[in-house]
Amino acid sequence: MSKREDLSSILVIGSGPIVIGQACEFDYSGTQSLKALREEGYRTILVNSNPATIMTDPQYADATYIEPLTCDTLEKVIAAEKPDAILPTMGGQTALNLALELHKKGILEKYNVELIGARIDSIQKAEDRDLFKKVLDQLGIGYPKSKIVHSWETAQQVLDEISLPLIIRPSFTLGGSGASFAYNQDEFEVLVKRALEMSPVNEVLVEESILGWKEFELEMMRDRNDNVIVVCSIENLDPVGVHTGDSITVAPAQTLSDQEYQRMRDYSLDIMRAIGIDSGGSNIQYAVHPDNGMVYCIEMNPRVSRSSALASKATGYPIAKFAAKLAVGYTLDELVNDITKVSKASFEPTIDYVVTKIPRFDFEKFKKTNKVLGPQMKAVGEVMAIGRNFRESFQKALRSLEKGVYAFQDKWISKATDQELLQKISLQTPSRILSLAEAFRRKLPLEDIYEKTKIDWWFLYQFEHMIQIEDELFSLPLETWTFDHWFEAKKNGISDKRIAEMAQLSEQEVRQKRHDQGVRPVYKMVDTCGAEFESHTNYLYSCYAQEDEAIPTKRKKVIVLGSGPNRIGQGVEFDYCCVHASQSLKKFGVESIMVNCNPETVSTDYDISDRLYFEPLTEEDVFEIILREQPDGVILQFGGQTPLKLSKFLHEKGVTILGTSMNSIEIAEDRKRFSHLLTSLDIQQTKSKTILHLEELESVLEGLDFPLMVRPSFVLGGRAMEIVRNKEDLLSYLHEAVKVSPEHPILVDQYLENSIEIDVDAISDGQSCYVAGIMQHIEQAGVHSGDSSCVLPPVSLSQNVLHMIESQTQKIAKALEVKGLMNIQFALQGENLFVLEVNPRASRTVPFVSKAIGVSLVEETLKILLGERLSLKTFEDAQQRRKHFYSVKSPVFPFVKFSDEDTILGPEMKSTGEVMGMDESWEIAFGKAQIASGNKLPAQGCVFLSVNDMDKAKVIDLAKLLRELGFDLVSTKGTAQFLSDQGIEVAKVSKVNEGRPHIVDKMIDREIHLVINTTMGKHSIKDSYSIRRTALEKGIPYFTTVEGGIAAAKSIQNMSTGKGISVVKLQSLFS
Amino acid sequence: MELKKAAIYLEDGTRLEGKSFGSNVTQGGEIVFHTGMTGYQEILTDPSYCGQIVVMTYPHIGNYGIHGADNESSSVHLSGFVVGDYPQKHKQWRSETSLHQFLMDHNIPGIFDVDTRMLTRKIRDRGSMRALISCEDLDTAKKKLSQVPSMEGQNLIHQVACKEPYVWENRTSQTHPITIVVVDCGIKWNILRSFDQLGVRCVVVPPLITAEAILSYKPNGLFLSNGPGDPAAVEGLPSVVEQLFGKMPIFGICLGHQMLALALGAKTFKLPFGHHGANHPVRNESNQKIEITSQNHGFAVERESLEKAAVSKNIDLRISHIHLTDDTVEGFELPGLNVKAIQYHPEACPGPHDSAYLFKEFVACLKTK
Ligand SMILES: Nc1ncnc2c1ncn2[C@@H]1O[C@H](COP(=O)(O)OP(=O)(O)O)[C@@H](O)[C@H]1O
Ligand SMILES: Nc1ncnc2c1ncn2[C@@H]1O[C@H](COP(=O)(O)OP(=O)(O)O)[C@@H](O)[C@H]1O
Ligand SMILES: [Mg+2]
Ligand SMILES: [Mg+2]
Repeated sequence: MSKREDLSSILVIGSGPIVIGQACEFDYSGTQSLKALREEGYRTILVNSNPATIMTDPQYADATYIEPLTCDTLEKVIAAEKPDAILPTMGGQTALNLALELHKKGILEKYNVELIGARIDSIQKAEDRDLFKKVLDQLGIGYPKSKIVHSWETAQQVLDEISLPLIIRPSFTLGGSGASFAYNQDEFEVLVKRALEMSPVNEVLVEESILGWKEFELEMMRDRNDNVIVVCSIENLDPVGVHTGDSITVAPAQTLSDQEYQRMRDYSLDIMRAIGIDSGGSNIQYAVHPDNGMVYCIEMNPRVSRSSALASKATGYPIAKFAAKLAVGYTLDELVNDITKVSKASFEPTIDYVVTKIPRFDFEKFKKTNKVLGPQMKAVGEVMAIGRNFRESFQKALRSLEKGVYAFQDKWISKATDQELLQKISLQTPSRILSLAEAFRRKLPLEDIYEKTKIDWWFLYQFEHMIQIEDELFSLPLETWTFDHWFEAKKNGISDKRIAEMAQLSEQEVRQKRHDQGVRPVYKMVDTCGAEFESHTNYLYSCYAQEDEAIPTKRKKVIVLGSGPNRIGQGVEFDYCCVHASQSLKKFGVESIMVNCNPETVSTDYDISDRLYFEPLTEEDVFEIILREQPDGVILQFGGQTPLKLSKFLHEKGVTILGTSMNSIEIAEDRKRFSHLLTSLDIQQTKSKTILHLEELESVLEGLDFPLMVRPSFVLGGRAMEIVRNKEDLLSYLHEAVKVSPEHPILVDQYLENSIEIDVDAISDGQSCYVAGIMQHIEQAGVHSGDSSCVLPPVSLSQNVLHMIESQTQKIAKALEVKGLMNIQFALQGENLFVLEVNPRASRTVPFVSKAIGVSLVEETLKILLGERLSLKTFEDAQQRRKHFYSVKSPVFPFVKFSDEDTILGPEMKSTGEVMGMDESWEIAFGKAQIASGNKLPAQGCVFLSVNDMDKAKVIDLAKLLRELGFDLVSTKGTAQFLSDQGIEVAKVSKVNEGRPHIVDKMIDREIHLVINTTMGKHSIKDSYSIRRTALEKGIPYFTTVEGGIAAAKSIQNMSTGKGISVVKLQSLFS
Repeated sequence: MELKKAAIYLEDGTRLEGKSFGSNVTQGGEIVFHTGMTGYQEILTDPSYCGQIVVMTYPHIGNYGIHGADNESSSVHLSGFVVGDYPQKHKQWRSETSLHQFLMDHNIPGIFDVDTRMLTRKIRDRGSMRALISCEDLDTAKKKLSQVPSMEGQNLIHQVACKEPYVWENRTSQTHPITIVVVDCGIKWNILRSFDQLGVRCVVVPPLITAEAILSYKPNGLFLSNGPGDPAAVEGLPSVVEQLFGKMPIFGICLGHQMLALALGAKTFKLPFGHHGANHPVRNESNQKIEITSQNHGFAVERESLEKAAVSKNIDLRISHIHLTDDTVEGFELPGLNVKAIQYHPEACPGPHDSAYLFKEFVACLKTK
């Protein structure tokens, strides 16, 4: 064995908050690597600012630092922990960049820490475009021609060397934003000039466009003994031009002959060797010309990536785990494949099914952004499905998305003309894939479809075949379907719901008929080897075929339903809960069965649960598993809204649901019943009404005062929620934003102005209830709870209020007989406490609270679900041991990726992730969270302060404090006037519409270091839009609430005076 | 393309129904599975599959059609082809015809839309079996299945080898200062292409040949090719090879490797379900590096008998390559005699090119001798 004995402790860098392009796949890789390193007996140290992850749970590393991912904090951790080595390849680009920075600043050298997993020179060669291209030249591998330009003059010359279309990428923009395609000279000029302006160093890369080529990825591993393997090949259905993260992808590659594939494999081996990756994994992307097979290498990532997570799930080959082991000296042939137990890690997995990944987009939350996909990633999550053929796999993936799609069809485009349809599919939007179905149904010429989409013929023929099968089957009445017809339908991935729609029956009736014919899915294993060896894990997928491989056991067992694809409002935090649930089940001796379809997660690792069904979370797919497994119970409360949506169906089917009863879930979700309940408990709620008809508006508004909170009743997750301040705004909302009708009523709540929002997580066994966490929001109610920062324990709530919160929570828990977790959002206006919402399930904040209080809420819940009483003692003990400190959670937003989108916060959630800051002082904890979320607070400089009239009174103290701290203030005229009237020194600056130079000019010139800007009403929002957008794009920290600004100022004060920022080991807080 | 029902029958009584493609003749053979995800055309034209029905474990086969330049011989030698999902249309820039047409042209039956994973698991658990693809009625098919011979004891090389000697050269622009005699037991063209690219002129001869005849070409070396069937059933060739030990460098691949072992006096045995795939890890004992190899063999050389034979003949033996999963012998050398034997396929096609160095090493050795 060649494990390195000279190392004893290793620091792993995480990837920080979930952002677009860097999501929970790095929780998967980080968690796997920590487990792998610990298995080898190393002491592990983790730094990651993201509390929602599994890896930051105290038991996964010996020392866990939930701290901002900056060089500064890393140095402090290194100084405190003295690790022998750092593994930077598990935390995405963030970790890799930090490693480079640590190296450049001499910190690695200073503390004598070794980088393992990737060498500095390899990272540089792979990441630096020029160096990488040199390597490709040496190897004789092609790539798109490109030139770096610094001015429009030099850019013009490029056109002589490289012909249009061209891709234009500004350098060093935040999140790599701003890439665009120029098809003609005019566009070229506009786009180059814009890009030059966007780039902070006025640098632009102009590159030959290879739009429409086929795109492939190879997942590679190499060890120090020069053994190199390809773990998986992935083919993008969407051709080059759409980021791989936004593309539908398929594994393995489908359209390459062995000759072509082997050439790509040879290139990859050569690249791995030349770059010098000698103990880990990499991802290499290629483009292949569809007409002549010419191959270009697009890029390489010298680390574990999103695609490696996908490849691991697609093959059963645990890339991150093995990469961690290679980093500590093992060679591939020394590592045993746990699935087969006979084969070694040095082989190339072969798969005998088809894997399809489809990204999930949440564009409806970013209405101002153009929905066209391009070279910059916009997807917020993804699903993967496995089938025996592409058609089945693709259709399973479609229905896994939870976008209301259950078939390959576009219901909304049936009225379009053929021309419009072709136009639609030529645009790379998230929905074009469905519009394609319509094109096939109309039998539009395949040549035209190909020309418009450049989707490889193989896929087009598969789609055509799929539609043909549907057409043939649905031309027969369902009553006449024989076993063969049913089998054919199901084998091609046609859902029961689709059949029901076509036969105008209910889905239940269809299922019954199908069962009557004896057509049931069988389950096959994912085993890395195409069944060549026996498999020892139960990683399963459904299909319609002859043989079933995985016979259920007779043990006591419980199914945990996962949370499906990540989306805004439902992310890694629910995967955290599911993983804990599964592991607790195992711990208590119950067989754990996981169902999920998100390849980025830890829950879909085959060694987390006793059995893993990689399946869509739909009625049909989940119910078949239940019928087959006959579990003792099913747990719905950990997977967010996804499993909860199935609760009614499962309840009606007589499935035992462990946890809060169906009736209580319904009470919480039904406004009327809920309102009755609160009244009977003597708990206050905001006044609310429902609008069914526009005509009755007047009578509905009686008894309510503006401002009001309005929302459609039929959408979830704060979607389309708005605060309206007057009747005019209300009318325009009712006319434009949503169309009110009795089928689509609008809910109107009294908006609680100037109130403090409070999130509560509680656990209950149906009788007693423990309030585990009370989180005071920094931003006022009206900013979605997922989008505001919060602090635990609360910092400014009176004993009386805390007491009220506890007692109301307990009353509600008791009344609903909550078994397990419950989350309540309160709003406190003055001393009046209102309940905004109750969620009888695990909430987004469960991992945060668990970390802050030192008890795993999920494990405690599991005990209750398995029949034990709530153990108050566990919580009290933890409280005894807990040192005094504050935990702050702050959100992270994806606005940079959505051009033209306003960054203002409101009741509709927009954040993708969160960070946590911990400290004895809450202000410092807040400051840490700000740094971690990328909002680096300045210590000095100039603050732009501009607030609406309502906020003026609140701003006085803030302005004084900022002056005390030595900041200069500039304001627009209203605020400036107000502040000078108060005797505060402030300079005046023009608004954008008041002539130049105005505030935005100053921001661009970096004269402003912090922006605090609050708005009210449509006009002021519109006027100040460019301020917020500029702050975002220029990386100037900004706050759109006074409360946020105050917290920021206090934290600047505390960080500059006092002892400054220190790092805290999570484990040391509970001793 | 009309879709006729077909079925595949195994000797254990399994019968799976699917759809016929390619020819609809009834044909039997030994059933094996191949785990490669690409390379079906190379598999179809590999003469070593003579007498076998091949099940592809990857379901979508036929995706990129057929491209003449990828052929490994002039014909299709296997007895039948089983795939999960066959695309009835395809289009790829290199493709000249469809897989269906190609099988038709060579009168080979294919069947698709069957549970190929189930077949694979059966083969894995019970070993390679006799099998039959047929569109005929049950009784006829069963009768024909019972007549399918077992692979053990079958000498099939004469069915696939050349009948007359020929020279393979100048296919690339290289000059060829070196000549070797290639004994064709069913050679894959990429072996010849590989030699050609290294500037070696190959005189390809049929397997029924004498040592004298080989020597008469005054070759710089001898190569023994891959081929189908039971190596132990091949008569004559091992003793011809034995006579040439020490007279010139010798290299054998696959069946050629087994011939060299038999010539030394070792034994071969039948593997339960063989090695057929493009992902087999082999350890090179000289540097402990792993090669991902293309493999296709149902028989292997017994290590113990090989070592004993070497000792008894007082010949220096070095086991050069070992299969990482089941520790079988994948290559050996007789350094004193300049003999090199490799069980797998360094010529790839289909499969990875990790082991192409073996050709270079052999040619280098020819040049120094
Ligand atoms: N020269 C090009 N022409 C057209 N599209 C391109 C070109 N280079 C890259 N792309 C597209 O942009 C996407 C993102 O580019 P890539 O270099 O992989 O950046 P990232 O680091 O964000 O993955 C690719 O997946 C590809 O589809
Ligand atoms: N009556 C109200 N007054 C003030 N703010 C409210 C009111 N109702 C809801 N909100 C705000 O809107 C946010 C979202 O509303 P909520 O009912 O919790 O929807 P979701 O189901 O999306 O969590 C809350 O977090 C809160 O900030
Ligand atoms: Mg990329
Ligand atoms: Mg809420």
